[in-house]
Amino acid sequence: MSVLIYTDSADGTLTKNAFEAANYGALLAKKEGKTATAIVLGEASDIDKLGAYGITKVLHVNDAALNNFDPQRNAAIIAQAVTKENATTIIFPHDYSGKATAPMLAAKLDAGLVTGAVALPEGNTVRKTVFSGKAFADVEIKTAIKIISVLPNSVDKETGEGSVTVEKFACEIPATRLTVKEVKKASTELSLTEADIVVSAGRGLKGPENWGMIEELATELGAATACSRPVADIGWRPHHEHVGQTGIAIRPNLYIAVGISGAIQHLAGVNGSKTIVVINTDPEAPFFKAADYGIVGDAFEVVPKMIAAVKKLKG
Amino acid sequence: MKIIVCISKAPDTTSKIAFADGNSKFDENGVQFIVNPYDEWYALVRALELKEANGGSVTVLNVGDASNDAIIRKALAIGADDAVRIDAPTQDALFVAKQIANYVKENNADMVLLGKETIDYNGSQVGGMIAAILDMPYVSLASKLDMNGTTATIEREIEGGVEVVETSTPFVLSAAKGMAEARIPNMRGIMAARTKPLNVVAAIDATNATEIKSFSLPPAKTGCKYVDADNVEQLIDLLHNEAKAI
Repeated sequence: MSVLIYTDSADGTLTKNAFEAANYGALLAKKEGKTATAIVLGEASDIDKLGAYGITKVLHVNDAALNNFDPQRNAAIIAQAVTKENATTIIFPHDYSGKATAPMLAAKLDAGLVTGAVALPEGNTVRKTVFSGKAFADVEIKTAIKIISVLPNSVDKETGEGSVTVEKFACEIPATRLTVKEVKKASTELSLTEADIVVSAGRGLKGPENWGMIEELATELGAATACSRPVADIGWRPHHEHVGQTGIAIRPNLYIAVGISGAIQHLAGVNGSKTIVVINTDPEAPFFKAADYGIVGDAFEVVPKMIAAVKKLKG
Repeated sequence: MKIIVCISKAPDTTSKIAFADGNSKFDENGVQFIVNPYDEWYALVRALELKEANGGSVTVLNVGDASNDAIIRKALAIGADDAVRIDAPTQDALFVAKQIANYVKENNADMVLLGKETIDYNGSQVGGMIAAILDMPYVSLASKLDMNGTTATIEREIEGGVEVVETSTPFVLSAAKGMAEARIPNMRGIMAARTKPLNVVAAIDATNATEIKSFSLPPAKTGCKYVDADNVEQLIDLLHNEAKAI
């Protein structure tokens, strides 16, 4: 019996979320006395790294066609691996690929699925976030085959020195009905959901022309940039930067919010962050209640000083 | 073009989150329920725009009990032509997906649209499950949808960006921000919604694959440590040495 982990790749390497899912699956396999097998679809040059995360075996379908993401085709291939490996639990990263593929596999196998898990299962029960991070639910999976997707940045990693055996997985690859016409990637931009540090700003910045210092602080910290909803709605920043309940939810190690008051809908998208820093001129801004560190002050004075202090630190 | 939009009932985004019956149930006391924003703002409004441009019909579909009728009427007020409620208490995504897939199979549709997730259980499950059951292509996290005959051109979120994909009807799509602008129902819409058909149909037999056992709240923050605006270096020092975040 085994735990099967779908480790997704993008641009020829496994994603950070994939390694986290691999680690979660390996810890679960260890706990339940099972084998941890990963499955990689498409090209990935760093499969060997999975060993450090506790994976012992990898099924690789090294077909360039699979670089184009089709959750239906992926689910069909993973279902074949489930049979071959006699997998009883299948783990996904809860990212763009897992969100689409895991439910398709669940329906195919008639298996219970818990998405956005934040801890290893206790028996058949898995803890996940609900109400956009405002609460947790303990959900029991009642089917023999169990599917779990792991929320990024939520389970502590345990790495070691293990190595993997990579096996070419001969499987039937169904035809796709999705044609990728164009990829619009901002290659220099750190993916917001994968970033360890996020620097975010809101209406307090007064205009899109003032974002230079936010971008500079982000660059110095190796951070991604984000924004609040009003700022995306009035077109100061692109929609894909909007974090919050109706934008994207993020859980970085460090979230720095500049000139954002902290409406409940914004907090819902960021309250999983490990450390929150708030900079706001208004001492009554609700965001300070959710913050670990705060500065009551003018962003236009504080942010340049932060940039200088970070430069000094990184020397 | 026949479009089915699946809608869920969700607590308003400003709701206080509390639990009842030994933390086994969401406390609905004083909670205002709305159409799940992703279903309404993005999936439903884009469906209406496509109908206005190309003709056809928009049906909203909900799985739930009679307490959902108020939010279904809201979707009709925004402009859906008719509504169907599959009468069953909901608990598990696979159960809900089987109900919806069965309805779509019996009634056909060129596309099934829904929001990328509900804001209460954050499952992101039902869309993919419907597509798998019906063997239709699934495009998730879509921020743009254009139709040309039976060909759909869709922008979807992927790792670190977006990509443009093409598929053809019938398909299932989960909608994210950017797909459309929210609409506020006008008085005419609200009046018309009262007489639009809301058909209640019986659920099919299906079991629940999951069950919520209990809820809990995350530990509260211990309090904000304030740093003086004239002493920004101290903040960076704390982030480095205390929080170990940079």
